[in-house]
Parts: sequence; structure tokens; C-alpha cells
Amino acid sequence: MPTAISVKNITKKFNHTLVAVDGISFEVEAGSTFAFLGPNGAGKTTTIKMLTTLISPTSGSITVNGFDPTKDAKKVRKSFGIVFQDPSLDDELTAYENMFFHAGLYGVPRKDTPAKIKEMLGFVELWDRKDDLVKKFSGGMKRRLEIARGLLHTPAILFLDEPTVGLDPQTRNHIWEYIKKLNKERGLTVFFTTHYMDEVERIADRVAIIDNGKIIANDTAANIIANSGTKSLEEAFIKMTGHIIRVDEATAADAFRKMAAMHQGKNRR
Amino acid sequence: MVGSLGQPILFLVALGYGLGPTFAKAGGGNYIQFLAPGVIAMGILFTAVFSGIEVIWDRQFGFLKETLVAPVSRFSVMLGRTLGGATVALLQGVIVLCISLFVGFHPVFVSIPLAILFMFGIAIVFTALGTGIASVLEDMQGFQLIMNFVVMPTFFLSGALFPLEGVIGFIARFNPLTYGIDGIRATLIGVSTMPGGLWLDGGVLIAISAIFLATGAWLFSRIQV
Repeated sequence: MPTAISVKNITKKFNHTLVAVDGISFEVEAGSTFAFLGPNGAGKTTTIKMLTTLISPTSGSITVNGFDPTKDAKKVRKSFGIVFQDPSLDDELTAYENMFFHAGLYGVPRKDTPAKIKEMLGFVELWDRKDDLVKKFSGGMKRRLEIARGLLHTPAILFLDEPTVGLDPQTRNHIWEYIKKLNKERGLTVFFTTHYMDEVERIADRVAIIDNGKIIANDTAANIIANSGTKSLEEAFIKMTGHIIRVDEATAADAFRKMAAMHQGKNRR
Repeated sequence: MVGSLGQPILFLVALGYGLGPTFAKAGGGNYIQFLAPGVIAMGILFTAVFSGIEVIWDRQFGFLKETLVAPVSRFSVMLGRTLGGATVALLQGVIVLCISLFVGFHPVFVSIPLAILFMFGIAIVFTALGTGIASVLEDMQGFQLIMNFVVMPTFFLSGALFPLEGVIGFIARFNPLTYGIDGIRATLIGVSTMPGGLWLDGGVLIAISAIFLATGAWLFSRIQV
């Protein structure tokens, strides 16, 4: 099977001292679903940022769909879609307008855009809400819209950074059903991070676990469970990464999430 | 936009009518005529800088993040954002201009299109400045610092509220807003205090716009999400 993502010995240092990712290597087969797990601060988000051209590795090499993100950033960006952990929709636009803007950014031919938008919004069951402002959408609806948007330009890979965080079980289930369907019907490569181990066991063809910047496991979920002598992926994960709660410093992102949560709470009253 | 009109209206009414008699007695003429261009520029300045500063929030929670991974150049994203923010700031300035007509401001109407050009110049300069600053700030806590040490001195040392003389006048020559306000004043009421007149005002605004756009684009290209 061809390789969609190849990571060879990449390291990322911040301010010359903090080693966020330390010489990791892994490959993701085209058409597979790959779960990238790890405790808070392990290096998951830093790795995704390197794969999606947001930051460059300090050393090592990456190829995404055959292109190097540090040299062919535009070609890499055209070949993947991404659903960020935090919302990235324009709340003051409608669902259709958000999709239309994305089509323009990604060079989707104008004549094809309306049909593609209809297809993708229909796929995530939001076509009848296409003219509603996104600020009126629930969290689950926004997430579905982001998935539709991420796929509008027919990418080969979809990156999902904790796509179901904060959603109720029904919506989580719904979202993963979409993802599985896309993977099976369109051969879409899916690379995702999550803290929900049940999702990983259900969805992922392969799992990599990162801790303190290093890959500590890279196998199928069943093999990881068997090799660790535990009964579930969650137990295996805790056994490998330890029981100690990680001391994590709040980042600017955490402060913004708190402000956003306060704003949402105010709006609900 | 509606909320941010409060301050310009307050300045026009409170300062215009409050200080008007004193200004006239001192031989300054009609203070509303002098003040209105400065208040118009104030409306543009604050809206423009705030629009740029929004990048801080937008890159974490907004649409901007989507554009940072899109196959488009960072420069075009920054330019688009700057033009959008400048347009909103310009609209703010036009609204303040309209409001000033109701408090006794009498501009030379045929010169309004030229005045709008200067207003747009101010909008571009300070939206680009705000975007550049926001590109290096990671959280909103730096925002208050910027307000107190950049925006407020820029406004008060620009000739917006009082004629420039002495040390203040010397310092104001290094402030791009001074030239924007002088340009608006020259077009709307026919009074310019800059030696080069409209040509100097326009030239400085264009040059500073280019510098701030280039610097802002460079800083924007280095944004990390």
C-alpha cells in the first residue's frame, strides 16, 4: 500500500532548549485510519502542526502525499483537509458562505463549487441549514460543518485534532460514522488525535502513542492491548504512560478557551 | 460599529461646545471646525488598531486559522485582512463625519472625496500596525499595554485636539496620524499646518503604509498557531 504520511526521525525544539518532539518516526498507509495518542503535553499537537505546515521540524524529514511540507508547503496544503481542536468557522457567515470561502481559498473551480458544497453539506446532513448563520449552530453541527469544509477540495488526507471533544455521545457517534464512511467509500486517509480510547478501538487501523516527545508504541490497538497484558486500550495507555497526572502549564490557547467558554455561558443565559 | 461611535460623539459635543468659547477667545476660531477632522481621525484610528488586534483572537478561535493552512500566501491573507479592517475603519470615519455635520461642522463638500482618501490612508496605516502588533502578541493581556503606550499617545500627540506648537509640535512630526489629520483638515476646511501641504501629508501616509504593510506582512508570515 502506498504511504500517505512518512515521518523520519523528526525533532522539534523550542527556544533551543525545550524538546517537544524527540526523533520520532512513523508511517501512515494511504486509505487507513491512524490514531495518534498521548497524554497532555506529549507532543501530539506539535507533530500535527509539523505535518500540516504550521511549523517546521528542527531536524528530520516529513513527506505528506509525496511532498515535503518545508519545501512544497502549498502542494501539501492542497492535499489535506483539517478539523482543528478549536472552532475555525466564521460565525458571522452562513454554512454555505463558509464553504464557499473555503472553495475559493483552495482553488475549487467556480463552476464546480455549488455542486460540491451541496454534496458535502448533504453528506453531513446540513444542507437544509445552509443559509443559517454558524453562530446559531450547536457544537456538533459546527464540527460536522468543519468536516464538510475540510473535505470540500477532495483532499487525500483528513487531519482531525480531538474532533469530538466537548460533544455528547450521540454526536460523537454520528461524527465517527461519517468518518468511517468516508474512509471506506472514498479511501480517505484519516489521521486523528483523541483522548477517547473507545473511539480509537472502534475506528483506528493503527495506533501510535507518544509520550514525552517519543513514540512508545506503534501497532494495531489489538496488539498494543495484547502486548501490554491489559484488557483495554485505556488500561494499556495508562500502563505505558503512567498514572501520574501531568503538570501542564496553561498556554495562551487555554486562556482563550476559557474566554470562549465564558462567552458561550453568557449567551446561554 | 455603533458602540464605538460613543467616544467620537462625546469628544465632538463635550470638547467642541465645552472648549469652543475658550478656543475662540484665544484667537483659534471655531473649535468645532478645528476639532471635527481630529475626531474623525480618532474614530478611524481606534477601529483600525482594534481590527488588527483581533488577529490575536482570530488565529486561535476564528477563521484566520483556516487561512493559515490554506494554499495561499500569508501576504495575501494579511493584505486581505488589512484591507477589510481598513474598510470598516473608513466607514467609521465617514459616519463620524456625517454626525459632525449635526453638531455644527461645515466642511467644503466638494473636497470630501479627497478627504476620504486621507481617511483611508490613516485606516490602512493603523490596521497594518495593529495586525503587525497582533502577530507577535500571544494573548490579550498585551492589548492594554498597546492601548496605553501606543494608541493613546499617537492620538494625543497628533494635533487632533489642539494646534501643534513647541515640543509637542516637534514630536508630532514623527507621528503618521499628524499628517493624516492635517490632510483631512486641509481638504475639509482648507487649513494645513504642514510645510509641504497635501503633497507631504499624502506622501508620508503612502510611505508609512508601505512600511507598515511590509513589516506587518513579515511578522504575519511568522505567526505560529
